[in-house]
Amino acid sequence: MERERFEPKIIGFFCNWCSYRAADGAGTARIKHSPNVRVVRLMCSGRVDPTFVLKALSLGADGVLIAGCHPGECHYIEQNYKTVRRYEMLKQTLRQFGISERRVRLVWASAAEATQLAAAIDEIVEDVRTLGPLNWQSNLAEPNHLDEVERILHEHAEAMEVAR
Amino acid sequence: MATQRISIDPITRLEGHGKIEIFLDQDGDVADAFLQIPELRGFERFCVGRPAEDMPNLTSRICGVCPEAHHMASTKALDALFHVEPPPTAKKLREMFYSIFVATDHTTHFYALAGPDFVMGPDAPVEQRNILGIIKKVGMEIAGKVLKMRKDGHHLIELIGGRAVHPNWGVPGGVSRGINEEQRREIEERGREAIEFAKFSIQLFNDIVLGNKGYVDLITSDGFTHRTYNMGTVDANNRVNFYDGVIRIVGPDGKEHVKYRSKDYREYIAEHVETWSYLKFPYLKKIGWKGFVDGEDSGLYKATPLSRLNAADGMATPLAQGEYRRMYETLGGKPVNHTLATHWARLIEMLYATERWVELARDPEITGREYRVLPTQKPDEGVGCVEAPRGTLTHHYWTDERGILTRVNLIVGTTNNNAPINLSVKQAAKTLIRRGEVVTEGLLNRVEMAFRAYDPCMACATHYLPGEMPLTVVIRSADGYTLHRLTRSAPATVQSGHQR
Amino acid sequence: MSEGEKPKLAIYWAASCGGCEISILALNEKILDVAGAFDIVFCPCIMDTKARDIERMEDNAIDVCLFNGAIRTGEQEYMARLLRQKSKTLVAFGSCAQEGCIPGLANLTNREEIFRTCYLENASTDNPKRTLPQTEAAVNGFHLSLPVFYDTVQTLGQTVKVDYSLPGCPPEAPRIWDALVAIMGGKLPPPSSVIGAETTVCDECPRKRGEKKIKEFKRVWEVIPDDETCLLEQGIVCCGPATRTGCGARCLQVNSPCIGCYGPNEGVEDFGARLMTALASVIDETEPEKIEQVIRDGIPDPVGTFYRFCLPHSLLRRTARVPDEARHELPRPGATGVKE
Repeated sequence: MERERFEPKIIGFFCNWCSYRAADGAGTARIKHSPNVRVVRLMCSGRVDPTFVLKALSLGADGVLIAGCHPGECHYIEQNYKTVRRYEMLKQTLRQFGISERRVRLVWASAAEATQLAAAIDEIVEDVRTLGPLNWQSNLAEPNHLDEVERILHEHAEAMEVAR
Repeated sequence: MATQRISIDPITRLEGHGKIEIFLDQDGDVADAFLQIPELRGFERFCVGRPAEDMPNLTSRICGVCPEAHHMASTKALDALFHVEPPPTAKKLREMFYSIFVATDHTTHFYALAGPDFVMGPDAPVEQRNILGIIKKVGMEIAGKVLKMRKDGHHLIELIGGRAVHPNWGVPGGVSRGINEEQRREIEERGREAIEFAKFSIQLFNDIVLGNKGYVDLITSDGFTHRTYNMGTVDANNRVNFYDGVIRIVGPDGKEHVKYRSKDYREYIAEHVETWSYLKFPYLKKIGWKGFVDGEDSGLYKATPLSRLNAADGMATPLAQGEYRRMYETLGGKPVNHTLATHWARLIEMLYATERWVELARDPEITGREYRVLPTQKPDEGVGCVEAPRGTLTHHYWTDERGILTRVNLIVGTTNNNAPINLSVKQAAKTLIRRGEVVTEGLLNRVEMAFRAYDPCMACATHYLPGEMPLTVVIRSADGYTLHRLTRSAPATVQSGHQR
Repeated sequence: MSEGEKPKLAIYWAASCGGCEISILALNEKILDVAGAFDIVFCPCIMDTKARDIERMEDNAIDVCLFNGAIRTGEQEYMARLLRQKSKTLVAFGSCAQEGCIPGLANLTNREEIFRTCYLENASTDNPKRTLPQTEAAVNGFHLSLPVFYDTVQTLGQTVKVDYSLPGCPPEAPRIWDALVAIMGGKLPPPSSVIGAETTVCDECPRKRGEKKIKEFKRVWEVIPDDETCLLEQGIVCCGPATRTGCGARCLQVNSPCIGCYGPNEGVEDFGARLMTALASVIDETEPEKIEQVIRDGIPDPVGTFYRFCLPHSLLRRTARVPDEARHELPRPGATGVKE
């Protein structure tokens, strides 16, 4: 038996104006946090299409963190309200897929909230570590089908030949 | 191996998948024969968790040849589930729509699926033994009539219900849209033409089938005769009704066995499981499962056009009633147990359907504006039942308070006939395939004719899905380390692996 | 194929319902043109050629194979591979073959649950011995076999290479005719494409559209909609905005909402994501708790609504075999400034 610590792979979708700057700020201030989030910078959290989240999960991410400006502070005025609505749809859908809302989170962080963003990162990483790897491709795996296909071929071949 | 195996794979000119396996003994006689159904999809399971109102659209995908049957049974189940009574206009619209559908579906079966055996002959070359061969042989005048009937039926179903394959029209408490006077007129006109077509089809059957001694002998032969119980829906006067009524079951001797409201089906019908087919075998509970045998003491029953005519006292419309009498007079009285006579019964039903279509099209309430009422009560449980062209169809839903399905049971037309079809196939095989005879493709086609009379719809029958149980066990330590992962997959091998 | 010989056409069905065959028959008189242009070599619905006849053919002997139905048993996979081998052009015909369609909803469950429901816990089944269908069975001394049932439904394209797809449940006859004309005339789009429209059902829908601001989604049995206005505007969930058109918006014309049977529009990878976004954009609320309630009350079955026809073809394809709920229990998060 091997004991290896599971390191979650989290994809982060951060908005350019607030949360990405907060992440930058965490860096300059040398605030320690889990290194597990791979950040993708978008101009606005409203750009996050559920497709991005689904794709990340299906391709091996264990979790997704979406971070945007606080409601009322969006650089593009109202788009983060769209983020909330889409996120709620996605959250309820993912729950039915068997994917917990602990894995796919929406947080707000203004450019000055580096500490809070770091805490949010730590929190999602620990939650996902406890839940375990998602490993979605293994969820789709089926036992080898070729034996079955062979079996059917043989079954057909063994039957009696019939005159036309 | 001493036994040889003949495999008819796939069976053809029906809806769905199946294979017939015939085992010969050392002498070349048939030792046993089985109709195996290798397909399943799992509706009874995957519909759980769906909103009940989705069911008319989900269950219509059980079968694209008779989607209207499922759509209608489902809609009626929703009425019962929500305790809502549709207004008279809605019921009449539904029954008219349904009659158009039955007439069209019976046309498809008779001409495209069963017809080739009689028009081209059971031993005709495979390339010609199909609807295209028929069209070449009978010529465009007749072929044109068949195409027109299907086209008109398809068009009217679309006009009323949205689409012909998978209509989207039924709601609890009624239908989503009514018809106007212009549409009603068109429906009536096409209906009158359809009555003529039904009469023409019966005449064709008289000429080609009843006028051919070889076919008549085949129909009345022992190889194609079974004495089983018969099931059908009848109205208050014991006349055949496709849309609504009570279920009546009549014995092989013609005596009434039982009459019940569709919602009580579970007191009378149970289903049996075998290891060699994914399709279950319904039987009459009070008599019991006695295996693949016929007779009064066996719980096997048929639900086919012939059964419906056997179970009823007559047809509710004049022309069809005339033909009903003529059939029983010709074949020696009620009940008729000759499987191939089902084709005749189907045409009589086609005639009734067209007459009923016109009757309802002329009803003063048919263009009424009140075609829907909203439910006011919470849903809990409901049963909806109609006569699908292929047999009695039952949908049973249970939901929570929000109308989300918690349990589903479906007993579908062809499923009712699973055991009798097996019996018919085995008997036909035993009679036709004997020692010393060369087994030809034409001979095997005659064995297939034994099931074709039932107009099987295996997609309907096999709405559910079994399987073997895979199991995955993941062992983790309290702080999230995965220690061990064990998988038992279907062929019962155990693999273990370490999580990296 | 030699000079003067007609191209060979095969039509086959896997885990499907037969509706695609009926839709082909709905070509009516045009079916004779098809029969005139092609030599139909395999179509179990209406013809008597058997699987052995196909096995005996040369590879690529069949010019076009219209294959409908999803792949959910070993026999269906076998036939998919066989027909791929024997056919020059393989078309995923209809929603089941292209995206899984209704049988694909079985990806919300698994073999074990289905097995239990149908044979052991079914309301009218009497099975005290707990008999189950077997892939290999000995009966009265004879050996019978049934194909294996896979845990997950796959599309045709996930099983073999597909040359074209024709969407719809079923594809409407005029679209089938267009595709056959293109095939007969050699005017096909680039390989691997979908032969279909490039816009959504809303474009064909005759209803009047205004601004959509929904305070609540209504279940279909909660409201009688008016005949003229967009259904989504009236709060009824309609898949039109995300669904490829080609059907003539027939359902809308009888006052029923679109249920999404033609699958995603051109260029859309995940239908559900598209529909989620479209519906999210019309919700007229800003508070997360209220938004959550609107969705929970009006769309009680998100996966069944968003992925009704295309679950196997979606990005996630099936629900988790081991859902997160069955895993470790977590306390609620509570750090300040962190929004759920």
